[in-house]
Amino acid sequence: MTSVLYDVPGPKARRVSLIGSVVGTVLILGLLAWIVMTLAQQGIFEDRRWAIFTRGDVWMLLGNGIGATLSAAALAAMIAFPLGLMLSLLRISLVDWIRIPTRVVLEFLRGMPVVLMMLFVLLVFGTSSFVAVVAGLVLYNAAIFAEIIRAGIQSLPKGQREAGLTIGLTSFQSRMLIELPQAVRRMMPSLVAQLVVLLKDTSLGYIVAYGELLRAVQVMADFLGNAFLFPIFFVAAAIYIAINICVSRLAVWIERRGSTKAAGGVAKAPTAVVAPELPEVREPK
Amino acid sequence: MEVIIENLPLYWEGLLRTLFLSVVSGIIALILGTLLAAARVSPVAALRGFSTLYVEILRNTPLTIAFFFAAVVLPRLGVTFQQFEVAAIIALSAYTAAFIAEAVRSGVNSVPLGQAEAARSIGMNFGQVLSLIILPQALRTVIPPLINILIALVKNSSVAGAFFVLELFGYGRQMANANGDQVMAVLLGVAFFYLLLTIPLGILASTVERKVAIAR
Repeated sequence: MTSVLYDVPGPKARRVSLIGSVVGTVLILGLLAWIVMTLAQQGIFEDRRWAIFTRGDVWMLLGNGIGATLSAAALAAMIAFPLGLMLSLLRISLVDWIRIPTRVVLEFLRGMPVVLMMLFVLLVFGTSSFVAVVAGLVLYNAAIFAEIIRAGIQSLPKGQREAGLTIGLTSFQSRMLIELPQAVRRMMPSLVAQLVVLLKDTSLGYIVAYGELLRAVQVMADFLGNAFLFPIFFVAAAIYIAINICVSRLAVWIERRGSTKAAGGVAKAPTAVVAPELPEVREPK
Repeated sequence: MEVIIENLPLYWEGLLRTLFLSVVSGIIALILGTLLAAARVSPVAALRGFSTLYVEILRNTPLTIAFFFAAVVLPRLGVTFQQFEVAAIIALSAYTAAFIAEAVRSGVNSVPLGQAEAARSIGMNFGQVLSLIILPQALRTVIPPLINILIALVKNSSVAGAFFVLELFGYGRQMANANGDQVMAVLLGVAFFYLLLTIPLGILASTVERKVAIAR
């Protein structure tokens, strides 16, 4: 692999780099070996501890946990997206007394930890933990979706809206028929990246005692005994991470596909969001 | 409202603890993240591989799982902490470093090719090119996203409240339990103190973006 940052390595540099690679790999393998040894001393790898995965009910509980995680994420996404669309329209409304309060609400929602919103819904409205988790996720992610879509709309060439108004569409029709569809297509990578964040955030349900995957791990460890905590945790974490990596890959795939098809055929898409936690949304100039 | 004023010392205590967690984890994550980004573009294949793997896994790990690992699983494996703050800082900085590494890497990619070519043509080696020419420029362009990551870090530190650390969220939960009839006021108070930290940071991000950072 060549890079603009360094010269194509000559024989000497290649040797140094090879030695470096080998030493680095050995160091990392050594570290891993040390971890495995420590774990083995704790008796983590005894067959007895992993034998629980031959039991059907363990998998059933894990399955329930995954189901709870995915259903909360799916429901939250389905509500948050339309809500975000609506909020983004209110956020760029031409009427001051609609735009400014919306902006305040969005800032408020974006500046708060999701888990606090979940706890708020849970305690203040006395809902079930499922409703609290979904409500917390919806409130936060609708605000983020709204900001992403707003950035998309404002990144469109001005001519799009002008042309819409010129052919006699009302302001609202122009937003709905001309601007929104382009903005959504253009911001698709950021929107999918935010979906990964949403999926990850369902794990906060653990804190408000929602029976998602991590809570299932805790319950099983409490029930079966501490000896089984590590194996169960390991498997559950692997499942969680695998699901997230799949959705992340989907985001990357959509981004690649989008860049070749040049979403909507208008200009270049704005720079990709770097931090999925809080998308970089530029203020209107 | 009364309940907030009565408990103001607790809120203050929590705010300081949240600030402490965020600042310490933030500094560790910035250093670790920059090193990971440097490893990601280095000529040594093993470093590139390690950095890619680390970022890919940590970015896709829910923060709660990282916390659960540091605060619940590690102690039961024999790694015990005097204070749970240490576990929280480990989880937060390991998690945040992955996002910082990605941001810095995208900054490195945004520096024009000519910069690196010019540096190499005057005889600099990889370490010099990166530390003297590329990183200073890259870090400037990624200041706004970095601040956004730090805002997320402040908010993420709330998860520590569920893992035995008494910070803003932890105290909030405690106070909500103690004042069952005024839960709403208590939690709105917590929200207010979080906004006190995140909104100024957000304003800072947009100011820096307009004034200091160079757009490419």
